[in-house]
Amino acid sequence: MAAVGAVATAWPFISQMNPDAATIAAGAPIEVDLTPIAEGQDIKVFWRGKPIYIMNRTKKQVEEAQKVPLSSLPDPQTDQQRTKAGHEQWLVVVGICTHLGCIPIAHEGQYDGFFCPCHGSVYDTSGRIRQGPAPANLAVPPYAFLSDTKIQIG
Amino acid sequence: MSGPSDFQPTNPALKWIERRLPIMGLVHSSFVAYPTPRNLNYWWTFGAILSFMLAMQIATGVILAMHYTPHADLAFKSVELIVRDVNFGWLLRNMHACGASMFFFAVYVHMFRGLYYGSYKEPREVLWILGVIIYLLMMATGFMGYVLPWGQMSFWGATVITNLFSAIPYVGESIVTLLWGGYAVGNPTLNRFFSLHYLLPFVIAGVVVLHVWALHVAGQNNPAGVEMKTEKDSVPFTPHATIKDMFGVSVFLLLYAWFIFYMPNYLGDAENYVPANPGVTPAHIVPEWYYLPFYAILRSIPNKLAGVVAMFGAIIILAFLPWLDSARTKSSKYRPLAKQFFWIFVVVCIGLGYLGAQPPEGIYVIVGRILTVMYFAYFLVVLPLLARIEKPRPLPNSIADDVLAKTGSKTAPMVSTVIALMIAGGLFVGSAQNVSAAEGQQKPPANKWSFSGPFGKFDRGALQRGLKVYKEVCSACHGLSFVAFRNLADPGGPGYSTAQAAAFASEYKIKDGPNDQGEMFERPGRPADYFPSPFPNEQAARAANGGAAPPDLSLITKARTYGRGFPTFIFDFFTQYQEQGPDYLVALLQGYEDKPPAGFNLPAGSFYNTYFPGHAIKMPKPLSDGQVTFDDGSPATVAQYAKDVTTFLMWAAEPHMEARKRLGLQVFVFLILLAGLLYFTKKKVWATAH
Repeated sequence: MAAVGAVATAWPFISQMNPDAATIAAGAPIEVDLTPIAEGQDIKVFWRGKPIYIMNRTKKQVEEAQKVPLSSLPDPQTDQQRTKAGHEQWLVVVGICTHLGCIPIAHEGQYDGFFCPCHGSVYDTSGRIRQGPAPANLAVPPYAFLSDTKIQIG
Repeated sequence: MSGPSDFQPTNPALKWIERRLPIMGLVHSSFVAYPTPRNLNYWWTFGAILSFMLAMQIATGVILAMHYTPHADLAFKSVELIVRDVNFGWLLRNMHACGASMFFFAVYVHMFRGLYYGSYKEPREVLWILGVIIYLLMMATGFMGYVLPWGQMSFWGATVITNLFSAIPYVGESIVTLLWGGYAVGNPTLNRFFSLHYLLPFVIAGVVVLHVWALHVAGQNNPAGVEMKTEKDSVPFTPHATIKDMFGVSVFLLLYAWFIFYMPNYLGDAENYVPANPGVTPAHIVPEWYYLPFYAILRSIPNKLAGVVAMFGAIIILAFLPWLDSARTKSSKYRPLAKQFFWIFVVVCIGLGYLGAQPPEGIYVIVGRILTVMYFAYFLVVLPLLARIEKPRPLPNSIADDVLAKTGSKTAPMVSTVIALMIAGGLFVGSAQNVSAAEGQQKPPANKWSFSGPFGKFDRGALQRGLKVYKEVCSACHGLSFVAFRNLADPGGPGYSTAQAAAFASEYKIKDGPNDQGEMFERPGRPADYFPSPFPNEQAARAANGGAAPPDLSLITKARTYGRGFPTFIFDFFTQYQEQGPDYLVALLQGYEDKPPAGFNLPAGSFYNTYFPGHAIKMPKPLSDGQVTFDDGSPATVAQYAKDVTTFLMWAAEPHMEARKRLGLQVFVFLILLAGLLYFTKKKVWATAH
């Protein structure tokens, strides 16, 4: 009984460390207009304090991303799984290296994708890890196309 | 060892207290009558040095907390205001920041000493483990303290270290969110780190009490590694150990003061003078020098979880040392093989420290892996094996015998060589981080600065001319937001009178308000106002300048550096070279080339600069001959402008530099006298013991 009481008392002391109500509210979905992003360009928006890369990929980049054999990937995922059908040129990824949280630089590294300057992880044009210590692909945040030129992240 | 004390106060009032709380007896038995081995060398003074450093860090830390603001928007500024405006704030901040490095330096010496002389062996296992706990707490405290100034390295260091926990399977991500109190490192993180950074030193102090208690139960180990048997083996703690420790502390203070007064930024990272920016990762994230060996281990393992496990394992393994090394002989003095492996291990640790500061590529990764294997092999293979196969040399019968045998042959030269080696090694690791920025950048030539060296002073004429260059040229794009007009009349500055500073301020239009109608209005500047920034915010600055925001210049001479390279940075410690920033700046201002060299692809909207990392700079050539007219007849050339404005910006970055160097000289004269007096007192006290 006393143990139950102790655990129940400990809960508020631990729970207070999680994001507070204001932080959660500020993390609500955002809408992003895609019209200003030309082919081959990318923008970085912030959602929940995280940088999100939105990249308008060139035909060549899309083809490269789709052609890669899955067996050569440390974290196998097809490009189709990482983009929305009908909007294949758009790559939306969280710009946080899955190793230790640095921000990779877009259009760098030998795969023309992302390169993390901290510990040398290299991602391809689909944001998939190709080389370096990072264990996983760049995360794809939850998002949906509201129209052809507008997405909602979150 | 410290049994019930026979101490009896004679004063009736003290007697009354002692009967109810025998505290004087406790102090007497622990720190006066307590028997210490006669043969302790100076490596044993580091315990006292560490206690001193802990007290120092707590004292300066509590004071700094009175002036510091733990908020993401204000923390960086509040630290700058401590340094600029609080009386002796620069001193307290330097003492605390350099103190952390000194604390770790001393703890590493203390640990290596324990390792060499087998101080972890029976009956001191618990004593050793308590030490490992203190070390872990120190690492946590040091890490959180480094986050508080909220510079770029603070922010990204916090991001990398907290992300280590995301390697834990299944619950990792939730734990990281719990640590952050948000979806990324931010204000809640800073706030809780401040709270814990304030708490943990007192926890350390508590564990230190246990550590000392355990020490006093088991008794001190000693260089011979044989236990005390008779009265002849020991000397009373006071005066013998007390005076020796005091001498040790005073010598240590000389090193500490060298950093505080002459090299305050030597062990820090220039990047931390840039305010935290969640959108930009610095090119190289480097932790403080004292974590570098473990950082190297983390990076040398290509798997994330395994890397994190290895990094923590490298520390935790120390706690198991008493059982990994089962050799009966304690001191490596009598273990011919263990002694050699110990020194190899020291070199491995320093090597890992060096690699931790290097970019994770090519040869560095390979060497890092080799050294990581060697690090673990020392504990898991070498020590267990040596315990079985090594034939130790005969031990002296007693400590007294050891002392008598030694009187003929002095071991002092060996010890001082080792000290020199350790310091050199520490420096090597400490400033290795500066090397990291080296690649892809041409080294700027060295200049002669009036403010360099221990007696450096600013050239008033150069400061006044530099202010003019800033006002007429740089201020069009660059802010100087930490400098107020009143500072122009401060001692150690450009040497204007208060009236001149007020007149200078009144030429500026300052936005103020709201007034009674609720509207903002402009008024002439006052001495208390700060230099107004040319752009209202970073976005506006970025938009107006082709995507690259012109940085604020208040701290630019401390926020920019270049790789000094090995072995230059070791000499820098002795020559007090601290002018990387000014040298870089003055070279940059003159480093523009009209045409980039053949084969260099200059992006549109950029300019070629020899000294800018990557060479493509967005700032157009800012200075040209004849642009600014000087009243004192100095030549109106780019070289002169560059040098003057750099001098001015050095002053802007550290307005109390002259006071720092002046006080440093006084402190050194005092400390040298003190150390000398303590040395001769110590000699006198120990005359009969040797």
